[in-house]
Amino acid sequence: MKGSSRSKGRSRGGKARNVLPGFGLSMGFAIVYLSLIVLIPLASVFIKTTGLSFAEFWGTVTNPRVLASYRISFFTAFSAAAVNMVFGLLIAWVLVRYRFPGKKFIDSLVDLPFALPTAVAGIALTAIYAPNGWMGKLLQPLGLKVAYTPLGITIALIFIGIPFVVRTVQPVLQDLNKEIEEAAVMLGAYRMRTFWKVILPELMPALLTGFALAFARGIGEYGSVVFISGNMPMKTEIAPLLIMTKLEQFDYAGATAIALVMLVVSFLLLLFINFMQWRINRRVVEGG
Amino acid sequence: MAGAITTHLSSEASKRPKHITEPALVRIVLITIALIFLALVVLLPLVSVFVEAFKKGFDVYRAAITDPDALSALRLTLLVAVIAVPLNTLFGISAAWAISKFRFRGKQFLITLIDLPFAVSPVISGLIYILMFGAQGFFGPWLDSHGIQLVFALPGIVLATVFVTVPFIARELIPLMQAQGVAEEEAAASLGAKGWQIFWRVTYPNIKWGLLYGIILCNARAMGEFGAVSVVSGHIRGQTNTLPLHIEILYNEYQFSASFAVASLLVMLAFVTLIVKSLMEWQMNKRASAQIV
Amino acid sequence: MLKGKWSISLLLVLVLILSACGANGGNQGTGAGAGESPAASTEASAAGEKPAEPVKLLNVSYDPTRELYEEYNKAFSTYWKNKTGQDVTISQSHGGSGKQARAVIDGLKADVVTLALGYDIDSLVEPGLLSADWQSKFEHNSSPYTSTIVFLVRKGNPKGIKVWNDLIKDGVEVITPNPQTSGGARWNYLAAWGYALKQNNNDEAKAQEFITQLFKHVPVLDTGARGATTTFVEKGIGDVLLAWENEAFLSIKELGPDQFEIVYPSVSILAEPPVAVVDKNAEANKSTEVAKAYLEYLYSDEGQEIAAKNYYRPINETIAAKYADTFKKLDLLTIDGDFGGWKAAQEKHFNAGGIFEKIYTPGS
Repeated sequence: MKGSSRSKGRSRGGKARNVLPGFGLSMGFAIVYLSLIVLIPLASVFIKTTGLSFAEFWGTVTNPRVLASYRISFFTAFSAAAVNMVFGLLIAWVLVRYRFPGKKFIDSLVDLPFALPTAVAGIALTAIYAPNGWMGKLLQPLGLKVAYTPLGITIALIFIGIPFVVRTVQPVLQDLNKEIEEAAVMLGAYRMRTFWKVILPELMPALLTGFALAFARGIGEYGSVVFISGNMPMKTEIAPLLIMTKLEQFDYAGATAIALVMLVVSFLLLLFINFMQWRINRRVVEGG
Repeated sequence: MAGAITTHLSSEASKRPKHITEPALVRIVLITIALIFLALVVLLPLVSVFVEAFKKGFDVYRAAITDPDALSALRLTLLVAVIAVPLNTLFGISAAWAISKFRFRGKQFLITLIDLPFAVSPVISGLIYILMFGAQGFFGPWLDSHGIQLVFALPGIVLATVFVTVPFIARELIPLMQAQGVAEEEAAASLGAKGWQIFWRVTYPNIKWGLLYGIILCNARAMGEFGAVSVVSGHIRGQTNTLPLHIEILYNEYQFSASFAVASLLVMLAFVTLIVKSLMEWQMNKRASAQIV
Repeated sequence: MLKGKWSISLLLVLVLILSACGANGGNQGTGAGAGESPAASTEASAAGEKPAEPVKLLNVSYDPTRELYEEYNKAFSTYWKNKTGQDVTISQSHGGSGKQARAVIDGLKADVVTLALGYDIDSLVEPGLLSADWQSKFEHNSSPYTSTIVFLVRKGNPKGIKVWNDLIKDGVEVITPNPQTSGGARWNYLAAWGYALKQNNNDEAKAQEFITQLFKHVPVLDTGARGATTTFVEKGIGDVLLAWENEAFLSIKELGPDQFEIVYPSVSILAEPPVAVVDKNAEANKSTEVAKAYLEYLYSDEGQEIAAKNYYRPINETIAAKYADTFKKLDLLTIDGDFGGWKAAQEKHFNAGGIFEKIYTPGS
């Protein structure tokens, strides 16, 4: 990572840190802010759910339609994240290692899915992939339906998730030691073998982090998906939409029950990500 | 994003000796695949936004973006961003300082909490504020009796936006500052520098790119947030509609071109900030290299 | 380090410029700060009791009434100004009917609600926003205009759709929103259910069979009426759209008279989108009087005329006669007469575990 050469080895050690000021202030502010904005509001989901008996809660979250929606959300988010892992790596690779005209522009383009309102993304993607849209027209004769199928949802989630993978892999790839690759070559390894045996293992934590982030984001995504999914119960109905449906019927407890399950899953996923992240850091430090 | 450290694509990395890069043919094939993928997944939707926006001609486009409702939505969106982004910047810097410069237990847990808004469904992000501050919510009756309106008004929209964009700056800075370690700051401290001096003179120059990039992403996301804001906005025309909500309204009024016109405005705002970032980077690199010479 | 500060200040300048542009433009519209207006205007009207004090109304409505209330609000402001000398500014909020009702329950300070179905206004009773007898406060079930459910088909009616039974023929695709998220779709569903009951001598099992068949022909379930119309009209999906009569007329007007035509089924349902003053909010806003007048004026000749022009069926006989060419006479079921009121219908069909859910999860 940038500048890591300066302080490797010392960065995690040392009681001398107490020398630096501002721990109380910065930590205090961060905790208070996080509590007010994130934790207390999120706790309301738990509190609201306690209005249900456990049997009611269980009945709500294991209803066949709800289960189907989890399945769809997880399946499409997983496929999209997997696709993004492959192509995200490729894009990051190309952006870091090769020179070609328009590279800066392409690099900026990667961030745009963050900036585009999700509803606009949904509307635009539906317009493109509907049977009378640009892509839809091309794919229709091949018997390939995109809009209003799980494939459509997956495409929307690929759009949403691609920056996560590219932006996590890019810095690691950039800081990868040339020496390791050189050594592999000297030991007579072929390029492909070097990639599989030397480069990929180094990138794996970052790739998995990107994958998990894209996956977590995909499970919860709503705005871009509702337009393209077709919203058929049991087939293309996603979990966030079911929360909305419950709300429309003034069933707050039911809505928060589904939300709670999603929250817990997201949280576990993120803990996993940060564990990976922690391992990357440790590796960098040990590597130095 | 988690772990994303700003990369200003250094030309250094792409200059590689022949034996550790791929043959030209492979390079071209890889570049082509990457470009085709990006064109299909990212560029195509963007292009379609502009094509649809200008479908009915420039007059319709201009009318759409100068409509009083659109302007008031634009004003609200910018106002929300102007409040939310500095708040999150302040939070991002403090959180990153605490996490990267000190040791304490539960650090991974704290980082996970900062990440949480990334993974929470926008629907839930809006819902939680209704559960808290809505008329039926935990604090609703109290707020109501004091005549304070949080949800379905500006504060609710700001809260939802802040929630959604909490991680951007903190997550950009944490890995960066962790990698930099504390040696320089400690040196400064031992030379007698005070807290703010250490930050401004030592830490800040090292993290400014990460910070800037985080601010830009945070800002873009703050202006574009739809799901969470939609839940807490109340959709009052000319009053609590942000640009993304206005886009949805136009779309629902069969004014497809107008809705894409307003959408293109948001895309351009995002582009402008990204271009500014590139320009500043370029300027900076030029100065830096001039200094070395 | 100077360079560093420079980069951030440039960004700040940019943000300031952007917000300045916004501020200039925004002066033409109503300011965003007016979001908290109910409180502000309460103080304003409390300060002086003169009727000339300007008053603000918030009308929370459902999706298809945008055009109607845009026109009606202008007419009412003029009328009220002439009558009392008081300025009245009416703000509008539109969205799915259920979502809008929920927003009002959660604290959106609506002075009046004009929603798609009585069930949604009923839901405001329990939180104490209005009294249980709201539907008797205005004439005609508090429904100043009515509508019905019709079929919108592609020009020339290529699939030959005439009656409800044609919808479940092989190869016919039906577009309707999800009745669990859309008020309009509940009318669609109940119209179909009512037809099936009539056809099968009130045999509920057979009616359920028909409804199940019908929804097997639905390829896309949008969340709202407008979304469904877009799917049918813009995306070109489906052979028939089940729609509000006013929405069908509007889409023909807006999107092409040469592309679509309306088919009237032999049996349909009398859709009564009701209106009500949200007593609690109106009292707090000191707008009860004008809110009442606002809804009453919907029954006046001018109000009825505006409704008719926007393709809602007027209840005033004289005005209705004037627009007899537009609105075809139909055999219409009613929610209270044929379905035992909204509460019963909702519980039986749309709530969790109701008949609608069984369509998609057989055996549950």
